[in-house]
Amino acid sequence: MNKTVNQKAWFLVLPVLLLVAFSAVIPLMTVVNYSVQDTFGNNQFFWAGLEWFEQMLASERMWDALWRQLTFSAIILAIEVPLGIFVALNMPKRGFWASFCLVLMSLPLLIPWNVVGTIWQIFGRVDIGLLGYTLDKLGISYNYTQDLLAAWVTVIVMDVWHWTSLVALLAYAGLQSIPDAYYQAAKIDQASRWAVFRYIELPKMAGVLMIAILLRFMDSFMIYTEPFVVTGGGPGNATTFLSIDLVKMALGQFDLGPAAAFSIMYFLVILLISWVFYTVMTNLDKRDGV
Amino acid sequence: MAWMAWTTPTAIFFLVIAALLITFTILAIKFPETPRVGILRIETTRGDRLFITLLGSAFINLIWLGLEVGPQPYALLACLVYAAAVFRWV
Amino acid sequence: MTDTSIQAPGAGSIPGRVTEAKVNTARRKTPRINGSAVVMGLYLLFLLLPIYWLLNMSLKTNTEILGSFSLWPRDLTLANYVKILTDESWYIGYVNSLIYVVMNTVISLAVALPAAYAFSRYSFMGDKHLFFWLLTNRMAPPAVFALPFFQLYSSIGLFDTHIAVALAHCLFNVPLAVWILEGFMRGVPKEIDETAYLDGYSFPRFFIKIFTPLIASGIGVAAFFCFMFSWVELLLSRTLTTVDAKPIAAIMTRTQGAAGIDWGVLAAAGVLTIVPGALVIYFVRNYIAKGFALGRV
Repeated sequence: MNKTVNQKAWFLVLPVLLLVAFSAVIPLMTVVNYSVQDTFGNNQFFWAGLEWFEQMLASERMWDALWRQLTFSAIILAIEVPLGIFVALNMPKRGFWASFCLVLMSLPLLIPWNVVGTIWQIFGRVDIGLLGYTLDKLGISYNYTQDLLAAWVTVIVMDVWHWTSLVALLAYAGLQSIPDAYYQAAKIDQASRWAVFRYIELPKMAGVLMIAILLRFMDSFMIYTEPFVVTGGGPGNATTFLSIDLVKMALGQFDLGPAAAFSIMYFLVILLISWVFYTVMTNLDKRDGV
Repeated sequence: MAWMAWTTPTAIFFLVIAALLITFTILAIKFPETPRVGILRIETTRGDRLFITLLGSAFINLIWLGLEVGPQPYALLACLVYAAAVFRWV
Repeated sequence: MTDTSIQAPGAGSIPGRVTEAKVNTARRKTPRINGSAVVMGLYLLFLLLPIYWLLNMSLKTNTEILGSFSLWPRDLTLANYVKILTDESWYIGYVNSLIYVVMNTVISLAVALPAAYAFSRYSFMGDKHLFFWLLTNRMAPPAVFALPFFQLYSSIGLFDTHIAVALAHCLFNVPLAVWILEGFMRGVPKEIDETAYLDGYSFPRFFIKIFTPLIASGIGVAAFFCFMFSWVELLLSRTLTTVDAKPIAAIMTRTQGAAGIDWGVLAAAGVLTIVPGALVIYFVRNYIAKGFALGRV
């Protein structure tokens, strides 16, 4: 659609600008200010220069958290995206069962994140949880508060449980926009199921799938509440992801300086990834638009 | 404002960024932007290139600090070289 | 531009159109239908089992939970629910949560509507950068903002109020609402605006009388997402409240008392937090699929 050039449109955007500036720019400036100072409480600050950045860049703790975070995000993307597409392909197209599936699938998305944690905390317990109890009876040793592997598996399965539906619903919305005529044409050409998927369904889903991957990557990159409730970041530091570590530092130990330096680097990484995704997405749009 | 803990260097830092944004806005009014495709194979306008420069400079500074390449002010020189490259080729 | 408006699922199948079964057989032979049903059945089972388990626990007494292992409550009790619904320190949490969630949804939509209109209709200086900047706020980790928000709202005397949480949640909900609404507004032909202006409509009157009804489903979807993300968020709402505006999610953590965890009450509180979400889903069920595409298919 051709847009009219109209500088007065700024006035329509102004409320959003002011509101978001209030809740984003002021806090970010504060974070920058904190990151170069030291404090002993009482709002007394001392110049510390780049000390905190140096300390953070040299700290194994931050790098470990970053690698754990990247591993986690990579694993859940590798599971949720194909699984989500697969589920979307198998969903009923219309009618009662379509609504039925949609409603049930959206359910996990609207559960408060700490309750998601609670659900899995209970579900995985060996004494009172169905999952833990069953695994225990099958002779599989499973203890998510002690065992590193069990903790990771629990956190990953929980995330798959929580968010695969989002990917599936997005992919489903993409599939819905494919006219029946395409399938009929494919049938006449005797295209294989794989060919239909590869040349009709996947291209039509590309746009929404990009959104799905972007949202899933970003949300998993800042995951906090769910693993915090289930494992508390343990055993040891095994499931201490970036946000958990940051909150520990900022609100738990009130180390303003290091936490602020950490925040800035965290935010820069997010900014870089968002920009890459956004650029790819708008370029995709442009290509389709032509 | 006391809780924001302003210091002179951070104030200067934000003033420089604000000045850059204002300069580029004025430039965009005086000489309207035309997008072009550079070595990254993406369309960029002058504003996009400013963003790429600023974000890249932040990472250059962090790498400089993390790998202890040399005294920090020299990182700004690297940033200037990077900025010139971005505005020339991207 | 692909027209998605006729594709809304559940919008009623057009009579005489090929039905579900026929489309499926067209793509593959009979086993396919069963295969899909099995896949969906397994997936839904996977989704519902943990929720069922929570429900199961909430209907048991603590002695039963810890004493024996059973797939359904032997000794059905509603005591856990009664405790939550009669004890003010419990149910006030739901009230607090609902207050700030509704506030947030209203604020987000009120500011996002004009902005989304501007983005979808006009090009102006810096529009793309502004849009990107808004999106980065949706992507920003709340953990980064928790501490400065705490300081900010303490300094302006809004700490532990509903409006503080509502405003803090605007950080990610306003960009999201703008993004969704912009997608829906792009689908409305510009000719409608132009005709209305020619007919002598002023901008506010056109916007309220003609434009808003046209994107009603988009507004519904945006409201749904604002509600959803504000309702499920815990980190910021917990950081910004202590007593007066404490959300239910934060109150739940106190079941961990000296005598161990009160599992029954914890599970009942959890089940009750699912209810508002389930109600909202039920009301927007016909728009969910399109809504999740954010109007961008």
